[in-house]
Amino acid sequence: MIEVSHLTKIYGNDSVKTVALKDVSFEIKKGEFVAIMGPSGSGKSTLMHLLGALDIASSGSYFLDEKDVSQLTDDELSEIRNKKIGFVFQVFNLLPRATALKNVSLPLAYAGVNKRERIKRAKKALISVGLADKFENRPNQLSGGEIQRVAIARALVTNPSVILADEPTGNLDTKSGDEVMKLIEDLNKKGHTIIVVTHDPEIAKYAKRIINLKDGEVVVGGF
Amino acid sequence: MGRWWWVDFEETFSTSFEALTLNKTRTVLAVLGIVVGIAAVIALMTLGKGSQKAVASQIESLGSNLLTVMPGAQMAEGIRGQVGSMTTLTYEDAKAITNSSRITSVEAVSAELDRRAQVVAGRNNTNTRVTGVMAPYAQIRKIEMESGNFISQNDLDSQAKVAVLGPQVVTDLFSEGADAVGESIRINKLAFRVIGVTKAKGGTGFFSQDDIIFIPLTTAQKQVFGQDYVGSISLAAKTEKLMDQARNEVGYFLLARHKISDPAQADFSISSQEDIISTMTQVTSTFTALLSGIAAISLLVGGIGIMNIMLVSVIERTREIGLRKALGAKKKDIILQFLTESVILTAAGGLLGVIFGTLISLFLVRMISVPWVFSSPSYFLAFGVSAVIGIVFGFYPAYKASNLSPIEGLRYE
Repeated sequence: MIEVSHLTKIYGNDSVKTVALKDVSFEIKKGEFVAIMGPSGSGKSTLMHLLGALDIASSGSYFLDEKDVSQLTDDELSEIRNKKIGFVFQVFNLLPRATALKNVSLPLAYAGVNKRERIKRAKKALISVGLADKFENRPNQLSGGEIQRVAIARALVTNPSVILADEPTGNLDTKSGDEVMKLIEDLNKKGHTIIVVTHDPEIAKYAKRIINLKDGEVVVGGF
Repeated sequence: MGRWWWVDFEETFSTSFEALTLNKTRTVLAVLGIVVGIAAVIALMTLGKGSQKAVASQIESLGSNLLTVMPGAQMAEGIRGQVGSMTTLTYEDAKAITNSSRITSVEAVSAELDRRAQVVAGRNNTNTRVTGVMAPYAQIRKIEMESGNFISQNDLDSQAKVAVLGPQVVTDLFSEGADAVGESIRINKLAFRVIGVTKAKGGTGFFSQDDIIFIPLTTAQKQVFGQDYVGSISLAAKTEKLMDQARNEVGYFLLARHKISDPAQADFSISSQEDIISTMTQVTSTFTALLSGIAAISLLVGGIGIMNIMLVSVIERTREIGLRKALGAKKKDIILQFLTESVILTAAGGLLGVIFGTLISLFLVRMISVPWVFSSPSYFLAFGVSAVIGIVFGFYPAYKASNLSPIEGLRYE
């Protein structure tokens, strides 16, 4: 379902070049739970940006559901992100002034779903992460673990092809971190494809396969 | 499911509203420029329309079938004689028009000579318009008497030193509403007996029909001002329909009397009240346009203020914009989001401006006593302009926001 081949990302101009990702190739099948690991500077953030359709590659190809998304325009990337990718960020990234329900329904608004349907689906997603009683709470009325669960509900609500979690427990205490990882594990058991980007081996243990990055190259676990 | 061209109006609108209410002081300050600009435009346009109407109605009140013969050449090739050299019309001209059997369309004729003079009564004095007139003047100008009588033909024939006062002069020289008939006044040191007081007609400044003294034309010419000519001749046509005929009859009669064969060389001009109104209207609308132009500049400055605030807002919300883009917002979604915000700002400013402008104009028309004229086009214009300003000056910040990369947005602290 995800097919990355010879993916390379170079930052900077001709005089100052930084190769962030060098000729990376791997495949992730539907329903897999993969961790992308590596120390800082290993290129895992760059890889996550490319997998998340937040950025385009310098060369190589990235097929997501049989569609090459390595070289698309801004608006085309927006649409891919909206329909096929669910993000869970380390720093949560919820709209601070909006309720949980509104935060979760935001991707649906950009997908053009009507309001009644949006609310219905957002409620369903919040219930599935165990926040049935927090629909109208704003982020400042929620705990860290709850906020990250709202973010997971938001990632789920569009029923994406892949859920991309970037250090999802990085800002959480151990207990709520475990809860969040269990929730992600549950989602994988229900059939969702999950990619977790992390430097923490404890987190990577939840995954069924690990892709190790070092200096922009895949070390173990690729093809 | 089809993708809407616009995310969701309600969603966009409520988000904009939230963003604007977050920093209320800044929002109010941003809008202030627009409020002042629109208020100024509305106040000035209303005032301009009001004074136009005031001028028109004052001229109209002098009589709608009135023609005025003025001395001096027609405006031939842009050259016109000096004011002081306009000595082409005389009392005899007026009498000849009155007595001519060929002129059938004219009902009444009066020649006038008009100067400002110092007038004294007892210990009071005033500077006012002293107008030498003929007896039919009252009929032509629709002057009604409060008390006493108007100037008669006898007064003209005998060069009587009698005067008819306007109510404002009575107030200035005696007291408001006093019966001045029989009193004595001095005009340029000559003693006059007051024989009548006219009813108030209203009007201010140049057009005042109340701050005026009427004396017999012959007295004015021979004894007060020492002039042989007259300032103008007023004619009342029998009906409004006969205006053109009257203009022609009198025109050719005077040409013949002045022994001029080519009408283009005429040493006088005849104008109707409508001609004068259109000239005055032109003057006031030029003036209004000028003032509105100045007000428009303040709108421009207001627009720049909006742009400034929107740019700051874009930078502050870099993170939010990045997140929205990461979640699937396209450029047009972001552009519309920010444009909605700036249009809400300027439209609200426009609305407040219209309200303040109306209040200011209501206050000003009272101060300078012109009628308050409601002109819906200027309201729609002002409101429309403020919305357009929101789009024009909001576009650059919105465009800038839409081009933010989601990665940079999410990284921004």
